[in-house]
Amino acid sequence: MIDGWLKRKEVCICAGAGGVGKTTTAAAIALGMAARGGNVAVLTIDPARRLADALGLAELGNEERRVPADVPGELWAMTLDAKRTFDELIEWHAPDDATRDAVLGNRIYQELSNAVAGSQEYMAMEKLHELHLEGRYDLLVLDTPPTRNALDFLDAPKKLAAFIDSRSLQFFTAPGLLGLKVLGRGTSVAFSVMKRATGIDLLQDLSEFFRTFGGMTGGFRERAERVNALLRDSRSAFVLVSSPRRDAIDEAAFFHHRLREADLPFAGVVANRVRPGVPGGDVAGEIEGLMDEALARKVLRTVDEERALAERDRRNLSELRRRLGRRPLIEVPQLDQDVHDLEGLRRMAEHLFAARA
Amino acid sequence: MIALLAKRLVVVTGKGGVGKTTVAAALGLLAARMGKRTVVAEVSEQERLAALFGRRPIGHDEVRLAPNLHGVSIDPLRAKEEWLRHQLRSSTLAGLLGQSRIFQYLTAAAPGVDELVTIGKVWDLAQLERHVGGTRAYDLAIVDAPSTGHGIALLRAPRTYASIARVGPIGRQATRIHDFLSNPHATGVVAVALPEEMPVNETIELGERLREDMGMEIDAIVVNAVYPERFETSEAERIAALDGRVSEAAREALEVALSEFRRARGQRAEIARLRRAADAPVSTLPFLFEPELGMREVERLSRELERKL
Repeated sequence: MIDGWLKRKEVCICAGAGGVGKTTTAAAIALGMAARGGNVAVLTIDPARRLADALGLAELGNEERRVPADVPGELWAMTLDAKRTFDELIEWHAPDDATRDAVLGNRIYQELSNAVAGSQEYMAMEKLHELHLEGRYDLLVLDTPPTRNALDFLDAPKKLAAFIDSRSLQFFTAPGLLGLKVLGRGTSVAFSVMKRATGIDLLQDLSEFFRTFGGMTGGFRERAERVNALLRDSRSAFVLVSSPRRDAIDEAAFFHHRLREADLPFAGVVANRVRPGVPGGDVAGEIEGLMDEALARKVLRTVDEERALAERDRRNLSELRRRLGRRPLIEVPQLDQDVHDLEGLRRMAEHLFAARA
Repeated sequence: MIALLAKRLVVVTGKGGVGKTTVAAALGLLAARMGKRTVVAEVSEQERLAALFGRRPIGHDEVRLAPNLHGVSIDPLRAKEEWLRHQLRSSTLAGLLGQSRIFQYLTAAAPGVDELVTIGKVWDLAQLERHVGGTRAYDLAIVDAPSTGHGIALLRAPRTYASIARVGPIGRQATRIHDFLSNPHATGVVAVALPEEMPVNETIELGERLREDMGMEIDAIVVNAVYPERFETSEAERIAALDGRVSEAAREALEVALSEFRRARGQRAEIARLRRAADAPVSTLPFLFEPELGMREVERLSRELERKL
């Protein structure tokens, strides 16, 4: 089933709310495609190294590593080191060694590239772009970060380019901050108010920071445009990962809406952890005949509770189907055990790749 | 418990999907019952708190959810405006700067600004002297923080900006917020987990990262949605031994019971592993079989927390 979604695709982006099993889904898709002979890399940005857990690997670095899976193709995995990717990007864009060293050594650059929220998103898209350019894989599967807002990560490259590029650059790099007055009255007023809000030192430091970037800005803008083009390309596919929980399906419906609005290639939805149906027939008499009364009562109570939850899952999924229109949805049943090793991923892949009934 | 709710700010974090909002709301109800004027702040703009309390979206202005309990869903844009007004001590100047293209451009694109103003707003909610005009102080603020990685990024934003700005108003303000967050008398942390392998791993890792990045300690771990220990091992064995002698429908029913037994056993093993690895006390909340959670369930969980924390 999901291999149908990914035919002739080179990039598969798994998006969805936190805790719905995005990471394991991404890994299971990659494993399944490798089992079908593909040369596949799965890329996760999640700071908590969940993919490493799922793949039974203790350490994943900023380089892809071959996963020892017994498959006809190849399975590679990496977790993103945002800081290192940022540094590599600077090295790539810098016109000369002096510019490179100035940026890498800049205090503001170090703080921003190291610690700040959102740099994971920026860098994930960069890495995806880089790996796609290298062309070593048939398919790249991206496990997206749990962003605050649905598809924030899509805007990440553009935002980074805007920050580094931007009109503010001209503002800050005018010959000496005092020279700003010659830029016109509006600028000067804005500057003096800004100085009051931020302090002159920060403005000077920022000015210095932007100046070190010098001629690199065009490269960032161009690169952001290329990343955007890649996401919109028919070689890419967005897979929404969800669960039958109310909040997760609301979010999936919202993501779907955003993807369509943004005209991005949407493949379908994977709903994880769907409770299997529970027999509806009246088995009370038979169960009571099989064991003592107390135990029978507990068994029957468990069955009733599970049935109510399974029915809730049904209801929520039909609601999601209704909101998705004709878009396909794959259900993955709740498994008895967490998926945290290759065997678990293989079982999950079976459901994802099962031919349509 | 008393110690936790006696702080000014409680940060609730944990892996995505573990029930942070539910636990934050239950803690809020508990504090409110204890007579504390309490506010629960959501920062992801998802309005999950509103859904839980069965009401319309809350938005950036604080609203009353229950006696003594208030809610707010922080909008970073509004938080940025408030911060500017406070910093410039003038709405006119704040408006002028807020509309300046250069300023908009810079702050919309600069990494971490949304996090900085959001945690700044959380900090303000926890102050006895509030910055935002026309607002009253709370005894306790509870923040329903983003999941682990982004939660840490949110808490870290003031420290980062304190280093970037060093001196000047931004640096001063960021340092004050960071000092408040890393002061264990002022700020507490509750980590929410599920009794499953990956959420347990993430909780252990969260403790390490909070300590390294922020000098903060987890005060309490709440393991959410724990299945009841309904069947003894001997009972499960008896049920399993019946296989083959029953109708298809009864066999499926027995399998449901066995599956729950296995899940509950797996959960207990994960809770035990978490207890061994974590420094903070671990409490559990029961799995609720109600199809959707609402105010009544939050109330029930708050009573559980009262007994267990």
